[in-house]
Amino acid sequence: METAREIDPVPATTPEETVSIDSDVGIMDPVEILRIAWEGLLRNKIRSLLTMLGVIIGVAAVIIMISISAGTEATIAEQIEGLGANLVFIQAGFGRGGPGGANNNTPQLVYDDVAIVEGINGVVGTSVEQFSSQTIKADGITLEDVPILGTTPDFPSVREVDIASGRYFNETELDRTSKVAVLGASLAQELFGQGEDGNFSTDPIGQPIIVGTTRLTIIGVAAEKGIVGNTDFDAQLYVPISIVFEKFIPSQFARFIGDRVRLIYAQIDEEADMEEVINQIELKLASSKDITVAELPFTIQTQNDIIETQGATTEAFRNLLAWVAGVSLLVGGIGIMNIMLVSVTERTREIGIRQSVGATPTDIRLQFLTEALMLSLVGGLIGAIVGVGGSILFGATGDMRTVIVPASILLAFGSAAAVGIFFGFFPANKAAQLDPIEALRHE
Amino acid sequence: MAAKTIIQTQDLRKVYGMGEIQVKALDGVDIQIGEGEFVAIMGPSGSGKSTLMNIIGCLDRPTEGNYILADIEVSDMSKAQLAVIRNQQIGFIFQSYNLLPRTSALRNVMLPLLYQRGQKSSQAERQEKAMAALEAVGLADRAHHEPTELSGGQQQRVAVARALINDPVLILGDEPTGNLDTKTGEEIMQLLHELHGRGRTIVMVTHEQYIAEQTQRTIILRDGKIEVDNRNGNRSR
Repeated sequence: METAREIDPVPATTPEETVSIDSDVGIMDPVEILRIAWEGLLRNKIRSLLTMLGVIIGVAAVIIMISISAGTEATIAEQIEGLGANLVFIQAGFGRGGPGGANNNTPQLVYDDVAIVEGINGVVGTSVEQFSSQTIKADGITLEDVPILGTTPDFPSVREVDIASGRYFNETELDRTSKVAVLGASLAQELFGQGEDGNFSTDPIGQPIIVGTTRLTIIGVAAEKGIVGNTDFDAQLYVPISIVFEKFIPSQFARFIGDRVRLIYAQIDEEADMEEVINQIELKLASSKDITVAELPFTIQTQNDIIETQGATTEAFRNLLAWVAGVSLLVGGIGIMNIMLVSVTERTREIGIRQSVGATPTDIRLQFLTEALMLSLVGGLIGAIVGVGGSILFGATGDMRTVIVPASILLAFGSAAAVGIFFGFFPANKAAQLDPIEALRHE
Repeated sequence: MAAKTIIQTQDLRKVYGMGEIQVKALDGVDIQIGEGEFVAIMGPSGSGKSTLMNIIGCLDRPTEGNYILADIEVSDMSKAQLAVIRNQQIGFIFQSYNLLPRTSALRNVMLPLLYQRGQKSSQAERQEKAMAALEAVGLADRAHHEPTELSGGQQQRVAVARALINDPVLILGDEPTGNLDTKTGEEIMQLLHELHGRGRTIVMVTHEQYIAEQTQRTIILRDGKIEVDNRNGNRSR
């Protein structure tokens, strides 16, 4: 024992000194630790605030990120409802010749294809769309570039559009290319509305409407449906698709290949196997055009495919924001560590004084850890306020919809606290291990 | 002497150094100081008196030997345990006062109370106690002044009040008059004499012969050993 001490004259730190808690003596009054830490922060207000900046940005980013993605999810959830049940979308893709059918060898999605789709087992309903943009005139008001949607009588049931007044056109009117039209809800308001009470100055039903150069008669007004996907249902004018073919998009090729359509909807029986029905649709369409399924230039999607496509976009955005939040919390943490290290050096003498009057290593460690934690939590609080405010602002001014999730505030706070403890630990430990004699000598 | 022993060291050794070069700061020091004694420790620089003070003050541990402070064996204690001993048993008065900057005299005096273990005292009780200590050193009217607003002598009085607040068995002065002019130094000595008069045990390091002469006993160190241990015998005010 004696010789061992001679060999190692400088007593190294014995294990019990590196253990964080001096279990044998307990800790000081926690209230005092808080008070000391708080006073430490107030001593350098500007510095404390700048140190918090990283945490503030990080926490605000977390909250805004979550509120935006919650908003997007809410929108998607509404779209699922709005899409209609068990729909398959058959969309004309662009052939190799490009849009406009310059290359007539490319098979087109045509009106006659509806009959093919309708004949497939498992398909319980179909509808079809062709679209044109026209200037319309009614009740003395002229509107330009109004979307004119040519459809079939099935459309309201397939796409779940309710009719508020009047009626939708029927098969006879479709077959005879009757000059009738149904107004979308907001379009009706624009043309015939007056004030905010939602009443019409003139009942639109029976009124004439000039579309392009064609005079139609309004027979119905659709109920509000809102925006689904990229389509504002309420801003459209619904007409029999035959009018679109005849008046708005006349095609010299129609005689040979039929009237091109933008989209065919197929409503699938709930019982039927979706995959199987889609395969059948592809097969039948391909054989009707004398091509293989692989050559079929159409996009066939279910509503789930469409939701996933939109979901992927928001997920990419969400990931980006998560990175921003993570990186700024990390940078904030490093900032805290940096300042705490400076603070420990600056206050070495103070540490020595505290040690000389009875502060244990744990007391010192807790003091600096509490300061770091306080920096990050106060930063977290400011960040939460900025985040909530930012979310509200984004939602109010931007195109993005935001929903503030209370749990995100907790999450952000938790991360801030974790950052404070993690990055505060090293400086606090450094302070705790200072030798009181050295510390007292420090100038 | 029937008085209780406050400090007892046995063959105290402290060796500093790395590898080959070793410096024996203390080379077998045996001291016994009883309750109520007023002792001055002197010696040229490098004699080991600072090391002895640090060990007696429980700021440092001996490499070898034993140190018993008020019947407590402290030589083998952990850092944390030593901190508690410093808090409960020892009051320090430093040459450079060592008050916390930007902190009022009152809060400075309260500082040791914050690190008390076991007994819980309220903020009001602490303030009351600190105020009484400041009154005892004649600085009640300066309680809310920060160190920079106080003279050197006043700062040292605050330090004395802080040293007394936990009612320690031992008051340690590390050249308490070293930074003060003669007149102010004399005032601090006067204060220490008063404390001694009330039965306090005081040990202080000093360079000044005339300061040492005011104490009851002078211990002179040289090369880590006790060279002289004299009872001054003259006056014990």
